Amino acid sequence: MLVLEDVHTHYGKIEALHGVSVEVKKGEIVSLIGANGAGKTTLLMTVCGNPQATSGRVILQGRDITRDMTSNIMRSGIAIVPEGRRVFSGLTVEENLHMGGFFNTKSEIRKSQEHVYELFPRLKEREHQRAGTMSGGEQQMLAIGRALMSRPNMIILDEPSLGLAPLVIKQIFEIIGKLREEGITVFLVEQNAHQALNLADRGYVLETGRIRLHDTGKNLLANPDVQNAYLGG
Amino acid sequence: MQDLLYFIQQLINGLTIGSTYALIAIGYTMVYGIIGMINFAHGEIYMIGAYTALIAITGLAALGIAWLPLVLIVALICAMIVSSSMGWAVERVAYRPVRGKHRLIPLISAIGMSIFLQNYVHLAQGSRNIGFPALIEGGFRFGAEDSFQTSITYMQITIFATTLVCMTILSLFISRSRIGRACRAVSQDLGMANLLGIDTNRIISATFVIGAALAAVAGLLLGMYYGSIDPLFGFIAGLKAFTAAVLGGIGSIPGAMLGGLILGVAESMTSGYLSGEYKDVVSFGLLILILLFKPTGLLGKPEVEKI
Repeated sequence: MLVLEDVHTHYGKIEALHGVSVEVKKGEIVSLIGANGAGKTTLLMTVCGNPQATSGRVILQGRDITRDMTSNIMRSGIAIVPEGRRVFSGLTVEENLHMGGFFNTKSEIRKSQEHVYELFPRLKEREHQRAGTMSGGEQQMLAIGRALMSRPNMIILDEPSLGLAPLVIKQIFEIIGKLREEGITVFLVEQNAHQALNLADRGYVLETGRIRLHDTGKNLLANPDVQNAYLGG
Repeated sequence: MQDLLYFIQQLINGLTIGSTYALIAIGYTMVYGIIGMINFAHGEIYMIGAYTALIAITGLAALGIAWLPLVLIVALICAMIVSSSMGWAVERVAYRPVRGKHRLIPLISAIGMSIFLQNYVHLAQGSRNIGFPALIEGGFRFGAEDSFQTSITYMQITIFATTLVCMTILSLFISRSRIGRACRAVSQDLGMANLLGIDTNRIISATFVIGAALAAVAGLLLGMYYGSIDPLFGFIAGLKAFTAAVLGGIGSIPGAMLGGLILGVAESMTSGYLSGEYKDVVSFGLLILILLFKPTGLLGKPEVEKI
């Protein structure tokens, strides 16, 4: 589904990723964990083409997208729930969802919208409310709903649990599990390593721009190095 | 009674001129709302709209076509097409290449574009002012025959009505249409809109085109209202509309409408009760006051630094 081969990414002159190779297979949940500043968000944004990789290749569904424009990449079956949610705060919940399905037909939008409301009944209650007036958890649901509106094959989530109450985090992770059942491939970046690895088929550990470890979610959870560094010993 | 009629007259004059300021101000405010720059060439886009309308009117007259509604509609459409193309081209040539650079660079590029367009029209059309035919004459009068009479000309009514129609269409477009929704989304978070697959460059182009089309409408209306145009026609009007946009809160479309009306009324009251020479003093004085005491404008929101 998604392959990164020896990807280097720079911000200006600073190299943030020093040759990263990651693979996410169809139908999997793959978690990427790492400390602050390890380059997790950079890795995800490189997949989205902003910034573009300076060398190496990014392949999405068999197609090399390393040099594609962000807007083209994001129209080829992939969607992102970005760090900090980034809902359009002045737009209503419904308008936010419609932005997610911008390139779909009206009937497709209606169907996806109903589907999102089934997953998140709270969003239906708030349909005509401005997104900026909602709680962090509701905004996170909206961000996920917006990403689902384009009917993606693969969804990328960047720190979906950040700043949320434990109960809401539990809900969000349940939804991520449901996405897999629907056949959507999930690439998840988390600081909340325990839950992320628990849910994941496979996981990668990123440290200062390099992949340090790569194993199944269970093995990583049992790995003493990972426990020390990311699971609070 | 006379005093009241006199006051109403100033009010009518002010709202007329103010509604055209509002039309031009929308172009400033939409562009600022999306890419955070002041398009200083916008006044020239408006001036080019007025010239195009005049050329169209002259051309139709030469062809012997004199049916007023047809003349006005053809002039309006020509002006909108030429100004919109100009607005689109200016963004492509002068702003897009320097977008994302230091804030001063697009600003200087905009001023350069403004000077270029002014001088281009100087060369192409001459520097002297050209008479603009008053196609719509006559009006209503109120008040006793032997004292002050309030008048509303048909031209003023046309300006009001046209502006109202334009504002309504724009408001519906922004609030209801798919592209309008995208415009709002892009102005809130351009990067996120891009991550949803939206080609943000197209949305930016669309705002330039819409702003320019509205400026062209104002160009035709004010050309007829003042009765003459020259290549500097856009400069002062542009500054006034910019003031209106800041007054209402730059980035806010209702703010631009409100700011335009307030500015127009303030000017005409100054001309009516003080002296016409003070009207620019008052408008730019207002700009300074608003920048000092409420820099976000009347309807603007405080700018939140995006992370």
